[in-house]
Amino acid sequence: MSKALSALSSRLVIIIPFVWLLIFFLAPFFIVFRISLSTTAIAMPPYTPVFDLADGISGILEGIREFSFDNYVWLTQDALYFNAYISSLTIAAISTFLTLLIAYPVAYGMAQAPRSIRPTLLMLVILPFWTSFLIRVYAWIAILKPEGLLNQLLLFLGVIDSPLVILNTNTAIYIGIVYSYLPFMVLPIYSALEKMDGSLVEAAQDLGCTPTTAFWKVTFPLSLPGVVAGCMLVFIPAVGEFVIPDLLGGSETLMIGKTLWNEFNANRDWPVSSAVAIILLMILVVPIMFFQNAQTKSEGR
Amino acid sequence: MKSLGSIRRSFAPWADPTAKPYISFQNVTKRFGDFTAVDNLSLDIYQREFFALLGASGCGKSTLLRMLAGFEDPTSGDIILDGQSIKGIPPYRRPVNMMFQSYALFPHMSVEKNIAFGLKQDGMPKTEIAERVAQMLKLVKLEKFAARKPHQLSGGQRQRVALARSIAKRPKVLLLDEPLGALDKKLREETQFELMDLQQDLGLTFVVVTHDQEEAMTMADRIAVMSAGKVIQVATPAEIYEAPNSRFVADFIGDVNIFEGKVTASSGAAMTVAASSGFSLEVETSDPLASGADAAVALRPEKIRVTSQPPASTAINTVEGEIWDIAYLGDMTVFHVRLPDGKVVKASMLNAAREMDDPLAYDQKVWVSFAANAGVVLKG
Repeated sequence: MSKALSALSSRLVIIIPFVWLLIFFLAPFFIVFRISLSTTAIAMPPYTPVFDLADGISGILEGIREFSFDNYVWLTQDALYFNAYISSLTIAAISTFLTLLIAYPVAYGMAQAPRSIRPTLLMLVILPFWTSFLIRVYAWIAILKPEGLLNQLLLFLGVIDSPLVILNTNTAIYIGIVYSYLPFMVLPIYSALEKMDGSLVEAAQDLGCTPTTAFWKVTFPLSLPGVVAGCMLVFIPAVGEFVIPDLLGGSETLMIGKTLWNEFNANRDWPVSSAVAIILLMILVVPIMFFQNAQTKSEGR
Repeated sequence: MKSLGSIRRSFAPWADPTAKPYISFQNVTKRFGDFTAVDNLSLDIYQREFFALLGASGCGKSTLLRMLAGFEDPTSGDIILDGQSIKGIPPYRRPVNMMFQSYALFPHMSVEKNIAFGLKQDGMPKTEIAERVAQMLKLVKLEKFAARKPHQLSGGQRQRVALARSIAKRPKVLLLDEPLGALDKKLREETQFELMDLQQDLGLTFVVVTHDQEEAMTMADRIAVMSAGKVIQVATPAEIYEAPNSRFVADFIGDVNIFEGKVTASSGAAMTVAASSGFSLEVETSDPLASGADAAVALRPEKIRVTSQPPASTAINTVEGEIWDIAYLGDMTVFHVRLPDGKVVKASMLNAAREMDDPLAYDQKVWVSFAANAGVVLKG
């Protein structure tokens, strides 16, 4: 009896995450996917077909017959979407790279710091999360605008003669993304570096490596899992980022998050914006799944 | 002088006053903040020697090794290697290599790449590297495992990869930090002999750090017993065991009984001590203490006989007691004999025959006896 009970409970433990994913990921995904196959309508909800159980099975089949991939075809016909995807991926890639450049030395310094102060350093990295993300992005407007803090400081120091135009450019977006996502890059790299056996670097030096060569031949390769995890945690949300380009970017900035928002709110075109979202998901999820699959395979070997 | 214990081979440059030391610690002190890890220590190690630094954890033995490797610099004093001061030379420019306690194998490289790592750093031509790696793999009998990653190897195999990697560059000195610490007992014993053979074949100088006295005794030509940053005694294993220079060394290496008392008679080559346990103890010594002085005499358990009948000559070094404890270990039996004053004497006897003529039992009245040359007078 108790055996059966424990078997049941162990199965339950596995089932819970699956149920969670089913309810909060798979079900919404299918709803969005289903909307993306519909047509806009001036109605409530603003698309057809709408299923009603009262119509019976024949009614549902009728509705399914109305589904079409027209919205996806539409996305390929307007260069706007293609450009937005490309520009989002580029901005996200550049931001991820910049974040890595800043985060790696930070994480390395933290891992090298005396064990006693590491918890404090860790706290400092997480500290910005205690303030609302939105407020922090707004704060950047005050810093970057022509009469903002940064320009005032540079003018005061005599570095520049006239205010720099940073706000409402891609530079401001990079600053915003790098600033906002830095902890997501620092933490996995730190955790990879922190658990590394210090005698490995000593062994490399003992065998003839200068500290620099030892870093590139031993420390960096061994921290790669952390680097990859950090890059994913920054790149994926950065591609679909909406708030930062909306607040800090200019009118010429084209990012898919903003395009999606426009389709949804300004144009009230739920089917097209759903299609945009589905494509975005495909662009991100499919390569990541392949990548992770390959990684697990190479580790298991 | 009569030799102590067995002689392994006729190799004793330390006894030759004209021999030049290969490694020389000269008044080396190393402090970490307030803590003095190595305290004004001087020590000579000779070429082709298998030298062991033995001591409890925190005695400074690892710091000494790390100073040789270049990971720590002495606070004061100098270290000479092959006639040159190596003070301030970074680890990557020193002609020494180290085998780490954790092995420190690079987890992202195959066995082959691990061994080739140091050679590549030196810019050795590819064909030569391949040759040397093959040679090393053969030496440690890991030819079949060349392509494996460290995590796919057993503990013993990893130990051998670490060894191969550290000798691949043919260093002048090989440093070994607790080289066998992570192996189980049986494997450790086998590997001890492998290491000794390897050292002989390659003609390298080995400096090994260990806390395991048995390991040090088995492998080393000479042992430095360390405590609190100082060397207490440097000598061959036999000398350390049979003629410890201090109570610390006598106590640290093996089991020992220490009798204390006042010297009652002293001649040129022997002295008599009135032991506090109430019997008179005669010791042969080349350097007897004066009459009336306080003396401590160390006796190894295997040099003490325990018999149920009084020994034939009861004239010297015999005392009555009672069996307190018996520990049967297979190859030998350890008896704890309680003397009339309550002192417990440890004595071990080889179980040379399967059946004993004179079996001893708990609480039995026995005679404890030992020869006049069995005891060592402790000076420190």
